[in-house]
Amino acid sequence: MARSPGPLTRKFYAIARISWPGVVSALFLLLLIGATFTVLLIGSGPIRLINDLGKDPYLRQVVGFTLWQASLSTLLSIGMAIPVARAFARQPSFPGRRLVLQLLGLPVVTPVIVAVLGIIAVYGQSGILRDGLQLLGLSWSGRFYGLTGILVAHVFFNFPLSVRMLLPAWDRIPSENWRLASQLGMNSRQLFRWLEWPALTSVLPGTAAVVFLLCFSSFAVVLVLGGGPSATTIEVAIYQALRFEFDPPRAAALALGQLGICTALVLGLHHWIRAQSISRGLASGARYRPDADQSIHRSFDLAVIGLTSTFVALPLAAIVYAGCTGPLSSVLLDSRLWAAAGRSVGIALAAAAVALSLAAGLLVTSRHLVFQLRRRTESDVLQIAGSITLAVPPMVTGTGLFLLLLPLGIAFDLAVLVIILVNATLVLPYMMRTVGPAFLDAGHRYDRLCRQLGMSGWYRLRLADWPIIRRPLGFAVALCATLSVGDMGVAALFDTSGAITLPVLLYHRLGAYRFDEAAVTALALIVLCAVVFLVVDRGIGRWHS
Amino acid sequence: MKFLLRGGFALLTAITYCAQAETEKLTIYTYSSFVSDWGPGPAVKKAFERDCNCELDFVGLEDGAALLSRLQLEGRHSKADIILGLDTNLTTEAAATGLLAPHGLNIDELDLSIDWTDDVFLPYDYGHFAFVYDSEALAVVPGSLEALVQDTSGPQLIIQDPRTSTPGLGLLLWIRVVFGDDAPLAWSQLAPRILTVTAGWSTAYGLFLEGEAPLVLSYTTSPAYHRHVEGTDRYRAAAFSEGHYAQIEVAAKLADSPHQALADRFLVFMLSPAFQDLIPTTNWMFPAGRTSQPLPDAFTGLVQPTRTLLIEPEQVAAHRRAWVREWLEVLGR
Repeated sequence: MARSPGPLTRKFYAIARISWPGVVSALFLLLLIGATFTVLLIGSGPIRLINDLGKDPYLRQVVGFTLWQASLSTLLSIGMAIPVARAFARQPSFPGRRLVLQLLGLPVVTPVIVAVLGIIAVYGQSGILRDGLQLLGLSWSGRFYGLTGILVAHVFFNFPLSVRMLLPAWDRIPSENWRLASQLGMNSRQLFRWLEWPALTSVLPGTAAVVFLLCFSSFAVVLVLGGGPSATTIEVAIYQALRFEFDPPRAAALALGQLGICTALVLGLHHWIRAQSISRGLASGARYRPDADQSIHRSFDLAVIGLTSTFVALPLAAIVYAGCTGPLSSVLLDSRLWAAAGRSVGIALAAAAVALSLAAGLLVTSRHLVFQLRRRTESDVLQIAGSITLAVPPMVTGTGLFLLLLPLGIAFDLAVLVIILVNATLVLPYMMRTVGPAFLDAGHRYDRLCRQLGMSGWYRLRLADWPIIRRPLGFAVALCATLSVGDMGVAALFDTSGAITLPVLLYHRLGAYRFDEAAVTALALIVLCAVVFLVVDRGIGRWHS
Repeated sequence: MKFLLRGGFALLTAITYCAQAETEKLTIYTYSSFVSDWGPGPAVKKAFERDCNCELDFVGLEDGAALLSRLQLEGRHSKADIILGLDTNLTTEAAATGLLAPHGLNIDELDLSIDWTDDVFLPYDYGHFAFVYDSEALAVVPGSLEALVQDTSGPQLIIQDPRTSTPGLGLLLWIRVVFGDDAPLAWSQLAPRILTVTAGWSTAYGLFLEGEAPLVLSYTTSPAYHRHVEGTDRYRAAAFSEGHYAQIEVAAKLADSPHQALADRFLVFMLSPAFQDLIPTTNWMFPAGRTSQPLPDAFTGLVQPTRTLLIEPEQVAAHRRAWVREWLEVLGR
């Protein structure tokens, strides 16, 4: 070979110089996931894993129940979401439409443990609903704890999300089609069959896949509402193996199982998951359709919308009411509450900052790869790396880190660091999806200009990118911080104080059956989430360069 | 240089002063009902702090059995100086962790109301498990564990998880004693009527008082609370003809605790009348040590078990995991 290695090496350095941010981010994620996997594999011992899953009927029941409740939850959420989304699409203008749609956006950002408290208060064994039914002379004596409670809670979270994810499908129906249908004199059913259903099929699988994944790795809902071994998901079983039985190998085996199933699900469903973006679902879809104005349809639609809004609003209203009428002063004067709230905010901001740094690295390099090196595949790989935590649930990473740190003792300060790290991976996909498109858009608009002007690095970010990504970035960081404030999973796993974060404190108040104190704590948590969201969103979103 | 030295000296003095000013703190891990406002915790804290020149800090876990897994989890780094709330069913396993230290007290001088020989654990109270029912919601009261289990159209009940709760574990062993190897079958008959399995006794009893179910696993002494505090006979314990499983609640100090002398002092205090007098009307159990006054009237007329059932600690230690797995499997179906 006569070729000298010189040019190749130079080319390598050139690529390395511009792509280091993405490489560092990707390596960080790879290291974290690799370490988790190794620790779990060593911790469980592959033989033990096979033995456990093969011989232990309980573990098989847990896996079976996890899949079963996720399937039912998905079916119910989607089944309810279709008629409701249709009602919204058919009624593009009525007073309060925007408000109701925004209400449907609330469950996604409501801390799970708060919503669970509200759901118990309204739909629980001795909830308001049952009292109301009794007044009407009806009674229902079924068991709320177990599958029923889990399904109600999962529908509460995922049905509004599904409505917002399905709604854009109606915007894709061309207005000519509506006109044609009108000329053909189609009735409501025919419209659904020939126009709406075909449009829905493009978004339905993606929505179902996202809902299924969310329900599959549900933790706090099942922990509180499961009511016993007959309704336990894999994530709850991991928690119980560590905290109830102190059986690290069993926890490792379960975490490996969860990792395997989630990865398989994401790989199997990735085509549909990728095609989805989480829409704010506010497009009005005002198009002429023949059945919109018929008063019977209009009243039906408004009734459906009213009923579903009540379903979502009642638990939240119950919390606010119980919180305001609860022992406000004694709970709010408790220094533990403020210490926990402070830690929650600190953890959330740190987690959002870590997620932002990781996302920035991946996005900067991914954009370089697309616009300057024309390497779309490599760019896609980096984008996927940002969503890899969908396949590796935070609870699994948390378990890995837990087992890694066990010989050192689960110390408090260490726990806070781990929660920051795991929460950062939890919110990373949201960050990628919200900031990513805007960042690429800035590239489309200004890449050529920037290169002509020789503008790069900090200057380019400040002058060319910032004005475009400012708002989505503010929204993304605010969303991520809010989600992190409300998350309980890994914090519950690592907590040794009963009050490491505000959601954990709330969980213990709920566990000690102090409903009035829990309601005030829940209200404090809601206010905290709202403040964090507004301050970060406005703070970054309005920060001009 | 002189400035630095002087500054350093001032800092050192300040640190020494703070260290002296800070009173010694004794951390006790226990179960949540012990530290609740109506439990013994607040009064015990007040009584002990009165003349120890120290601070007593209770950490309340879900229930007694969770103490063992927390101990294993935290290992030598535990912040606890004392754990209070295990029962004899867990003492063998807890001692096997090697994390606990002998109490070093002469048991003969302690004047205990029960036979006791253990050199690591000290008992502070005892009682018998029982199903407590709401007499306004339950017409037919089961007269035996067998009747309760086999009446498939019987009332709904609330129990505790044997992995976190000592009453939950107690029921597991009670059913084991009565049904032997048929215990899984008994559980499968009972399972459809279990409203919920809670992590701790507090939650279970709270749900019961809210009227969620007419029957809850608790103690023969629980009705004394309602009689003494609320003046009502509405809540009663069901007497079972097979006998009732007993519970002896114990405490021990951690070998790695930096406050050995203070921990010893607390254990002695725990068996003194100052602590034992609080037990009947706050923890609603029978005191294991000397009291300065007789039991309150509310304790007369309680269910007297025809037989006391108790499995040897070593037996429990040898089979607990297997029995819990069995229980999980049956209730998981």
